Amino acid sequence: MSHAQNESGSHPLSYRFLAAIWAALLTLTALTIFAARIDLGFFNVVAALGIASIKSSLVIFFFMHLKYENRTIKTMVLVAFVVLAICIGLTFFDVGFRR
Amino acid sequence: MDHGNVGGLGFLAPAPGRKGLLSWIGTTDHKRIGLLYMGCVGFMFFCGAALGMILRLKLMTPGSTLVGPQTYNAMFTLHGVIMIFLVVIPSIPASLGNILLPLQIGAEDVSFPRLNLFSWWLYVLGATLAVVSIFTGSGAPDTGWTFYVPFSERTTTNVSLAVTAVTILGFSSILTGLNFVTTIHRLRAPGMTWTRLPLFVWSLYATAWIQVLATPILGITLVLVFAERVLNLGLFDPGRGGDPLLYQHLFWIYSHPAVYIMVLPAMGVISDIIPVFARKNIFGYKMIAFSSLAIAFAGSLVWAHHMFTSGMSDTAVLVFSFLTFIVAIPSAIKVFNWVSTLYKGSISVEPPLLFSLGFIFMFSVGGLTGLVQGAAGTDIHVHDTYFIVGHFHYVIFGGTGLGMFAALHFWLPKIFGRMYDRGVAKLSFWIILVGMNVLYFPMFILGLEGLPRRYYDYLPKYAHGQVLSTIGSWILAVGLVIMFANLYRGMRRGPLAGDNPWGAATLEWTTSSPPPTNNFEVEPVVTHGPYDFRGVARHE
Ligand code: HEM
Ligand SMILES: [Cu+2]
Repeated sequence: MSHAQNESGSHPLSYRFLAAIWAALLTLTALTIFAARIDLGFFNVVAALGIASIKSSLVIFFFMHLKYENRTIKTMVLVAFVVLAICIGLTFFDVGFRR
Repeated sequence: MDHGNVGGLGFLAPAPGRKGLLSWIGTTDHKRIGLLYMGCVGFMFFCGAALGMILRLKLMTPGSTLVGPQTYNAMFTLHGVIMIFLVVIPSIPASLGNILLPLQIGAEDVSFPRLNLFSWWLYVLGATLAVVSIFTGSGAPDTGWTFYVPFSERTTTNVSLAVTAVTILGFSSILTGLNFVTTIHRLRAPGMTWTRLPLFVWSLYATAWIQVLATPILGITLVLVFAERVLNLGLFDPGRGGDPLLYQHLFWIYSHPAVYIMVLPAMGVISDIIPVFARKNIFGYKMIAFSSLAIAFAGSLVWAHHMFTSGMSDTAVLVFSFLTFIVAIPSAIKVFNWVSTLYKGSISVEPPLLFSLGFIFMFSVGGLTGLVQGAAGTDIHVHDTYFIVGHFHYVIFGGTGLGMFAALHFWLPKIFGRMYDRGVAKLSFWIILVGMNVLYFPMFILGLEGLPRRYYDYLPKYAHGQVLSTIGSWILAVGLVIMFANLYRGMRRGPLAGDNPWGAATLEWTTSSPPPTNNFEVEPVVTHGPYDFRGVARHE
């Protein structure tokens, strides 16, 4: 068959490393709350979505082991996010230009 | 374990161990699960069609006849919800796709057989809740299948339960998609390269991706509607500080791609059938395969063409109108390729081919009227009129419906090992084709004359078109009854069909009819393309 066998599971991550990721997630959550309190206008949304994207990337790459998967799987996940980005992006043609 | 074709019954033969009903509703055999879906979808189709017939009967005369206005609203809502979520979306992929995908790629089953069964149970649960929502609470949902806010949040009818049901059905669809993507990547037989995949498999692949990527958005959106109804949040209802257009965006971000969940598998069916009855390799294999993916992708960029008159920004109207025209290109590629395949072929006019030609005709009318609506200027005029109703019935019933019927006439002899009466099948095709056109074509004219959709009553000037349309519904019903009766009779008592009655070249025709439980006696090795008919003969 054309694809290598799934190799996840053969890369145990240390508790220390996982704890560090967890700490990063908590910090970013705090940052989200902080960013929501200052008025950046339109950029409030950008900031919130930006931080959320970083957080979900951390979860997906490390907690969900995407970093250790093969190219096919990585591409598939990427496609999902590109589509999501496009959907959110195109919506701004409405929201951004409403009178 | 029983690998043989005992008594010529294949997977239909009672399996050792589990007996009776349990050997069906507890099975993990993709063929049995496919038949479970087929039975449920068939039953729901009957219910939805009956509702449609009553709606048409009411509309034959203006004024208050047959049913009251509230009942009318509930009935078109149910007709839509049943037909879209319980019939059309699972129709080809979950029933025939389930049965044929592993057979066509030379696998024993799908990647996750238990998940497959679980999807079916979710479908049953969703269907049950949908039915329960009609009879409980204070009245059947009356919002239309689109559940538009703010009405869907203020109406006292049983919308909360209905959206729960649709969310569950969505999960069933997602899991089927996930299963198919994995199966196509991992379980292809030796020699089954990506360019040797039957085009039906390619279309299921593209469909599965839409199911996986788009359906969660529907689920989330309906959960939000539920939450807003129950917890009084202010997400969509402007009275509570929400944005109703946000709902429309979210709903159509799913529901436009969903129309491609409906039609892509049918296109795959047509691409598989036409070469067989033209005895010719398909014209432009790669373009057809690629255009399925292109439709899946481009189809996710056009949703707001359902919102041209909703009050969204003019910039968005312009952008989405332009993008809508782009989707027409891959659709047209397919139509041209099918016609080119027929050109100079040695054509034998069997029932599956007739239904496929019917598909091409009806889909072309539906697709072209889609462009009338995709152009923002003309859509202002036809939006929410009968023109729209005409459009989507041409693409969905004329397209997906006829595609499903073509598939049934093509593959039922494989699945049950018996052949129906071909003369009766052809007769039923012509009655259905005439019925559909008499039923739906007048709707274009009514729409252009300004008749709004979903209205209980109408001005006398529309009476002629309404009467004609209702007569069409009777012709169609006669055709459907003949067709289903013929298929059922063939399946039960028809003459044995043989392994390869049409002389097709894809893998499912190399195993026995019906196929054995594990599909193939020995793992097949693929040495030629799906439409390479050299050395393939009809076995009757
Ligand atoms: C091929 C090109 C197609 C184009 C350009 C197109 C375009 C459109 C547009 C612009 C509308 C909105 C009209 C309005 O509400 O004012 C519409 C409605 C609709 N289309 Fe299509 N369409 C296409 C194909 C399809 C297909 C293949 C299906 C399904 C298999 C489909 C199903 C529907 C449905 C169900 C609606 C009505 C939704 C509702 O408001 O209830 N369309 N189409
Ligand atoms: Cu659309």
